[in-house]
Amino acid sequence: MTSPVVEVSHLRKSYPGAGRGAPPRTAVADVSLEVARGEIFGILGPNGAGKTTTVECVAGLRRADGGTVRLLGRDPQADPMSVREHVGIQLQEAALHDKITVGEALDVFGSFYAEQADPAELLDLLDLTAHRDQQFGKLSGGQKQRLSIALALVGKPQVAILDELTTGLDPAARRATWDLVERVRDSGVTVLLVTHFMEEAERLCDRLVVIDGGRVVAQGTPASLIEGLEGHRGVRLRFADGAARGRALALLTALAEQDDDVAAATTAGDEIEVTGTRTVLFAVVQALAAAAVVPDDVRTVERTLEDVFVQVTGREYRAEENEEVTV
Amino acid sequence: MSAVETVRAPGAVRARRVRGFGTLLATELKVWLRDPTAVFFALVFPTALLLGLGLAVPAFSDPMVEAPPPWNTAPGITSYLPTIIALAVGTIALTTMPVQFATFREKGVLKRLSTTPMPPQNLIGAHMVINVLALIVSAGASVVGALTVLGVPMAADPFTVLLVLVLSTTAMFSLGLLVAARAEKGTTASGLGMLIYFPSLMFSGVWVPLSVMPDWMQTIGLYLPLGAAAQGLTVGWFGTDGFPLAQVLVLAAWTLVLFPLGVRLFRWS
Repeated sequence: MTSPVVEVSHLRKSYPGAGRGAPPRTAVADVSLEVARGEIFGILGPNGAGKTTTVECVAGLRRADGGTVRLLGRDPQADPMSVREHVGIQLQEAALHDKITVGEALDVFGSFYAEQADPAELLDLLDLTAHRDQQFGKLSGGQKQRLSIALALVGKPQVAILDELTTGLDPAARRATWDLVERVRDSGVTVLLVTHFMEEAERLCDRLVVIDGGRVVAQGTPASLIEGLEGHRGVRLRFADGAARGRALALLTALAEQDDDVAAATTAGDEIEVTGTRTVLFAVVQALAAAAVVPDDVRTVERTLEDVFVQVTGREYRAEENEEVTV
Repeated sequence: MSAVETVRAPGAVRARRVRGFGTLLATELKVWLRDPTAVFFALVFPTALLLGLGLAVPAFSDPMVEAPPPWNTAPGITSYLPTIIALAVGTIALTTMPVQFATFREKGVLKRLSTTPMPPQNLIGAHMVINVLALIVSAGASVVGALTVLGVPMAADPFTVLLVLVLSTTAMFSLGLLVAARAEKGTTASGLGMLIYFPSLMFSGVWVPLSVMPDWMQTIGLYLPLGAAAQGLTVGWFGTDGFPLAQVLVLAAWTLVLFPLGVRLFRWS
């Protein structure tokens, strides 16, 4: 592999406390990561985990308290302007005048760069050709996000940093945006993607880090993280009555103790969930068949990055402070 | 997040040629012209007020018989013209500009720019240029309107008028920059601007003309940027009281204090 496009090691950043005399709030405690050329690299975590602070330090928009950052072989902390030409950044809460049109915005942002992407091609790539003369204030949320991506790409960057790209979008617009990010990666741009959506990270990222409380708690490819779960396969069983369920639970608990492929059997509502390796389903079915305990329904449970988060942090994943638990 | 800590984008002190400034300026001007309220107040309002008063109020058409010659034959509105020019400066500096700048911050435009090779300082610079152009149009229109429609005689010391106008602009635009320096929202900046705008208008003779303003108000007005502007412009226009040295010094002092303060306190995200 060639040298990484982004290299962060032991990044640290605190903000002053909210009130007078309040202790400083640590946003990033210790984050290290490496992004290879041409991949979509995810920074995943709940709100307030330190994701945005991390990428702002990477982009040289914020001064870190400690650690080092290399971006395309340059030091954005020492010389932020040195990376501007080569990094396209789409930030949360960064917008445009309501009255500027899509075409004007692309032209004016393009004029800042030595090398410019063809605006017509960008509009086409981002499905904005029909909205070229529309004012920013009159665009839908999805169109604004697409324009925001277009502006991040207009300077032909080698790296694109996309922060919470799909927040506030409806599911259809979100999926369309995902396709787009893949197209951007396929065009040769390395993508650093910040998200609090597990599904988005799982679907898009070639590799990712999970951040919680300002620290990296897990890293790897989505598949390797899920495969690495203890009891990463699950089977759910439903029985006709409580008696059958009781017998099955006793049987499967015993099985979990004997069989290395079966990790645990627990009740989940009126169902039993058994976790284990990829052969857990066979082991369960054989044991039940041998004892003539017949379930009404058997289904396998898909493991996700959410389970990874629960395992590494020991708590449920809450994407947003005030939202319902998403687990 | 505390944006105060954001790395200060370079270019604030070092003036460097930045690619795309021309395109930025042209686009900003085009977009600025799409806001009819801002355009009306910045460009049309002072002249409309001047012509409205000059044509509708009989006292403003009558000659100023008590003024020293040659002004005793000039219409009453003549003494109001310097106030209107000051109003043009004050309106742009305290109503148009702070809202613009704070809205850039509120909408994240400044932050958006700081991610590009174009420092956000240049957006503020571009708008300073636009506001100066607007002022030239606005003040120019009121002077031309006064001279051609209302029969106001030309200034006795045009260079003094021009000097005071330039210093009024630097002082008032610096004040506008300071008003916008910390406001997180356009509406906050607008409120703060209005809070300064209306008393400023009073001391620059918009409500009570300078000619009949009590001495104590004139004295206070001399030390306020817009009051000094109106007084200095009056002295320059009539040319009967020599050079408005005190007013010029006051305006220069305000500029020297307010501009660095505004730049220093300005939050770029």
